[in-house]
This record gives sequence, structure tokens and C-alpha cells, in this order.
Amino acid sequence: MKSLAELQALRDEMKTKIGVRKDGGHRMRVVVGMATCGIAAGARPVFAAFIKEIETRKLTDVVVAQTGCIGICQFEPVVEIYGEGGEKTTYVYVTPEKVPRIVAQHVVNGTPVVEYTIGANAK
Amino acid sequence: MVRSHILVCGGTGCHSSGSDKLYTLFESELAAAGLGDEVKVIKTGCFGLCALGPVVVVYPEGAFYSQVGAEDVKEIVTEHLLKGRLVKRLLYTETVAEDTILSLDSTDFYRKQKRVALQNCGVIDPEDINEYVAYDGYMALAKVLTEMKPEDVVAEILNSGLRGRGGGGFPTGTKWKFAAAQPAGEKYVCCNADEGDPGAFMDRSVLEGDPHCILEAMAIAGYAIGASHGYIYVRAEYPIAVKRLRIAIAQARETGLLGGNILGSGFDFDVDIRLGAGAFVCGEETALLNSIEGRRGDPRPRPPFPAVKGLFGKPTIINNVETLANIPRIILNGADWFAAMGTEKSKGTKVFALGGKINHTGLVEIPMGTTLREIIEEIGGGIPDGKKFKAVQTGGPSGGCIPAQHLDIPVDYDNLTAIGSIMGSGGMIVMDEDNCMVDIAKFFLEFTVDESCGKCTPCRVGIRRMLEILEKITAGQAVPEDLDTLEGLCYFIKENALCGLGQTAPNPVLSTLRYFRDEYDAHVREKRCPAGVCKKLLSYTIDPEKCRGCTLCARNCPTNAISGELKKPHVIDTAKCIKCGACIDSCKFAAIYRR
Repeated sequence: MKSLAELQALRDEMKTKIGVRKDGGHRMRVVVGMATCGIAAGARPVFAAFIKEIETRKLTDVVVAQTGCIGICQFEPVVEIYGEGGEKTTYVYVTPEKVPRIVAQHVVNGTPVVEYTIGANAK
Repeated sequence: MVRSHILVCGGTGCHSSGSDKLYTLFESELAAAGLGDEVKVIKTGCFGLCALGPVVVVYPEGAFYSQVGAEDVKEIVTEHLLKGRLVKRLLYTETVAEDTILSLDSTDFYRKQKRVALQNCGVIDPEDINEYVAYDGYMALAKVLTEMKPEDVVAEILNSGLRGRGGGGFPTGTKWKFAAAQPAGEKYVCCNADEGDPGAFMDRSVLEGDPHCILEAMAIAGYAIGASHGYIYVRAEYPIAVKRLRIAIAQARETGLLGGNILGSGFDFDVDIRLGAGAFVCGEETALLNSIEGRRGDPRPRPPFPAVKGLFGKPTIINNVETLANIPRIILNGADWFAAMGTEKSKGTKVFALGGKINHTGLVEIPMGTTLREIIEEIGGGIPDGKKFKAVQTGGPSGGCIPAQHLDIPVDYDNLTAIGSIMGSGGMIVMDEDNCMVDIAKFFLEFTVDESCGKCTPCRVGIRRMLEILEKITAGQAVPEDLDTLEGLCYFIKENALCGLGQTAPNPVLSTLRYFRDEYDAHVREKRCPAGVCKKLLSYTIDPEKCRGCTLCARNCPTNAISGELKKPHVIDTAKCIKCGACIDSCKFAAIYRR
């Protein structure tokens, strides 16, 4: 390493790798239901897709976590996204293919993907 | 793709309660569960709450698991990491709320703390330079090399009001200014990591948890005074610290953050380690210099001060580990930020190693000006078993005992000196009603007698005479005049010893004489130890009314000093009794008294 710019580049790169260790202060929380029902319905690849998408986009202020059974097993895999104010959006029947759009439209730009939410699917 | 980090404490406290095994167990359990790629296990430095070790923290939830045993690892992996359910029974009770985890900062132990020197301990992997860099590591060095002139750096440290954390409390900036003012040429930066006070482990924890910050600070100091070489003098008894320092130095050299032409600035700086053999006197700065030079660790007379004539006769600054740990943070956040913390004459924070009769044994960092009561009762969680507080010892063998009446003074250098103790390096040992203050003074004096280098007479002979008087007192053989002789010796030695070790050695005696004179009097005049500690003044008797003759005490007595028939009161033969107390512990009827 021979310059300040190189040190800064290394720091910025490493910062994305330690984002999960932040105590609070996350702008958004993506919670994937990972109980038996969720896992059986394919939550694990969905979870992995979220992690990958968040990492590629270097969204250090967003955390992806797992949780137990949310209670609506017929809609699994279920993903809930919590905003800063605690408002919650529930996505159902999530597949890895749907993840990039949810991240781009909701996590980055703040507009929920209505057609994937429970409201649009529970009729 | 990593979604979760498991931080296992690798500090000495948790290490000795088995955290090393946890680390490997987590790796194998994660692999078995197929989570090896998505969950990362990191060994960090000290979290501070050593009493509850081994400590494991799982992110992103921030779940603080305490006293984790090898048998708990599998449960954490399958429940928390695989199924996403917290293992509530292992969570630190204060962080558990109805359905969520409370932040650690909200607990009694952490709420009043402010982590500056310890900011990376328990946060980063100390064996990975990249993690240090991720938390702005080496940015302070980069800042001084690219934006500041050496005199600006000295001015910044001066303005911050930082004072030496090794015990002396000398303004760090002034030290740097003296060395910087010396004519250019060979100069040195030394890090004093010869932490020797009984019960103190602050520096050890910084070295183990954040070694790179010391290297960075030394390089900054080197730039400020015009030195290109540094030495870390660290005790060989700190194997984990030495290992992590070696790794850190190798990584910094490889990355180009130590060595020639750092960050293309033309500034060269490198660091070497020198191992101390554990002599307490080598923590004294001039003895430390002798030891680095390969000589016997004897103190040198001052002046000349090391800033003028130090290592190999060249201008040298010697800073303690904790002092240095503050430097990068001052450079990055500014002198005003640092000076905003603390009291008028003592700025910033101080790390204390809490020990003795206290619930939360561990490492705490508080802003200067926090009261002793806050540290002991709130952060430390008070005294175990409902016992009564008697005194708190600060400053190790150079410090003194502070009684209950002074618990509300704000902690800073000058306040502690005013009440007969010192800030010291940060050992804080809490004592309750079961501690005999004469015995405590004797303990510390035994230590200094052992560690005296023998170069000057007041220390070599004087403190030995003091110890002999204390031995007489605790054996019940002293006369009232002995107390006067003892006190006189204290003042003589304070004035005439060559170095800090001797000059401060009488402090534990002086402060206990000042605040606990009644205990000395009880030993001398009544031949009685009020706390029931000094064995030679104790006698054990069995109350014939209460004794049921169960023979349990007789069977437990190691010297067969107890005799009596079954179902009849027993008696103790005082000639045979070694006063070990085994009989009291075994008696089910509270029939045995110690007086």
C-alpha cells in the first residue's frame, strides 16, 4: 500500500464486510421466516439471495436476519421488511427470482412491490 | 456470502474459562449444520464483563450470550443460527426483554461506560489488520502524514489534555514537546506494556484486543517527535498479547503501514518487541530503558529525563499502552472532542480493572469524573453476598485504600491524590468487611519488598523494615511505639527513594493508617483482628451448648486438634490448631466461633 487512496479503498471495502456487527442504527431490516415451514417452502435460497443482493449493492445500513415461524405457513416463504419507523411490509411466496426486484424497488427506492405482498395474494 | 457473525471473546479472562475451545467447536458445529459459508466466527478482544465469561455475541441480532459452555455451542448453532430462535437461557439477563433483545448499552454494566481506548476491544478480530482498517484504523496515521506538520500533532495532543495513563499522569503532549524540541537525529518511541500491578489488566486487554492501534499511535508519536524506530516493552507473561502484537507488526509491515516511506509520505517507522522478564521495577521508565538496552533493570537518576537522554542516550518518549490507545482517536476526532470528556484537569476516559469483592469483575472504561460509587455500585453491580463495603484500593502497590466516606468523589488524578491514593494504572480492588486492612497493607508491601531492585537504600532496607513491623503487628507482638516508627519510615522513604517504586511503596500503609487506624490499634493494643483474617490473632472455640457431638469437625480437622466423644460436646486443642477454619465450614450447628 503506497497511498492514502489505497487505504481508503481498503477501508470502504472492509466496511461492507462488517456491516452486520452494527448495534442498531440500521435503516432497514429484512427478516426471513426460517422455521420448518419456511425452510421446507424454500426460504433458505431466498435468504441467500437477499444477502447476496444486499452485499453486491453495498447496502451497509440494511440488515438481513432470520426469524422463526410467522404463523402464516400457507404463504411461506414469508419475508418481512421493517422500515426506520417500524412500519412493516409482508411479502409472501417469495422466490429467489423475486428478490432483486424487491431490493431494487423497496429497499433502495422505498416503494413496496405491491403485487408480491400479502395484501395482493391473500384474496 | 456471510449473513451472521459470531464474536467469541478471546481476551485472557474468557480464554482461561475456555473460550478457545468454543471457537473451534463453533467452526465444527457450523460446518456440520452446513452453515460454514454463511456464518463467520471471529475471535475478538475483551468485552469487559469478565465475570460472565466466556462471552459470545451473535450479530446481526446483537445477542449477548454469557457463560457459554462447550455443551451450549450446538444449541446456539441449531436454534439461533439455523432456526432463528434466540437461546434465551444463555442471554445476559439484563438484555432480555419480552420479545426482543435490548442493546448492551442499556445494561447497568455498560450504560455509564464510554469506550475510547477500548473502542475496538470485543468488536474486531485483533489478528486481522483489515478489520482494524474497516473501523478507520490507520486513518489517523494517514491524516498526520498527509495533512499535519509534526508540531501540529504535538499541539493537538497538548490541547486534548491527555495525561499519562500508566499512573504518573504527566501531560503526554508536554512529553512529546520536550522530545520534539531536541536536535534532530536518532530518537525513539517506547511503549510501556510492562503492566505489573496486582489485579491490573487494562493494557493487556488493549494489546490483546486492539494491537494495531498501539502500532498506529507509536508511528504517530514517531512522526511528531522525529523518530523512526519504536520498541514495545511487554511482559513475557502476556503470551496472547505478545502473539497478537507479532502478528500485527508482520501484517502492518506487509501492508506497508510500517517500514520505509509509509503511504508514500517519505516517513519511515518500524517497531520491535522487547520481552520483559516480569520484574515490577522495569515498568519504571528509566529501568525499562536499561532493560531494553540489555542491561540490568535498575532505574536511572532523573534528570536527565528520557525526553533528553533516553534509550541508547538518545531523546526518547515512553508512553503507556492505554495512553497510546487514545492517540489515534484524538487525531481523528480532534482535541476538542477529547477535552470535552472528563473533569477540568483530567480529560478523557480511564480504563479500570475491577476486581476483588465485586459482582461484575471485569474491565470498565468511564469518563473521568465518574464517582467511585457509580463504578462500584452501578457498573460493578455492588458487593456479593450482601456484605458491607469497606474500602477500594486503587493504584496497586503504589496506591492506597479509599474508605466509604470518600465514595462520592469524582475520579480524577488530583482528587485521588488528595485523599491519599493515586489513579495509578487502573487496578481497582474492592474490599468488604471480611478484609483486614493491616493484612492488605502487608500484602502490598510483601510485593514491593520482593520487587525492589535494591539499588537505593531507602527502598531496599527501608520497606523491608516496614514489612517486619507489619508482621509483628499481625502476629500480635507489636507495641504502640511501633506504629510511630512505621509512620516515620513511610515519610522518610517517600522522600528519599530513587524511583517511583520506592517513593510510592509506603502509600498502602499510609492510607490504611489514615483511614483505618482503629484496626491497627485493635491489632496492637487488644491483640485482636476485627475482620478475623490475621491467623496468629485468632482462636477457635466450640460452644458446648450448641455442639451436638456429631464428630464432623473432628473428622475434617487436618491436624486432629479436635477431640470428644460421640454425642458429647467437643473441644479444640489450641496447641495443635492451625486455624485453617475447616471445622467452621463443616459444622452444621454454627457451634464454632472464631475470635
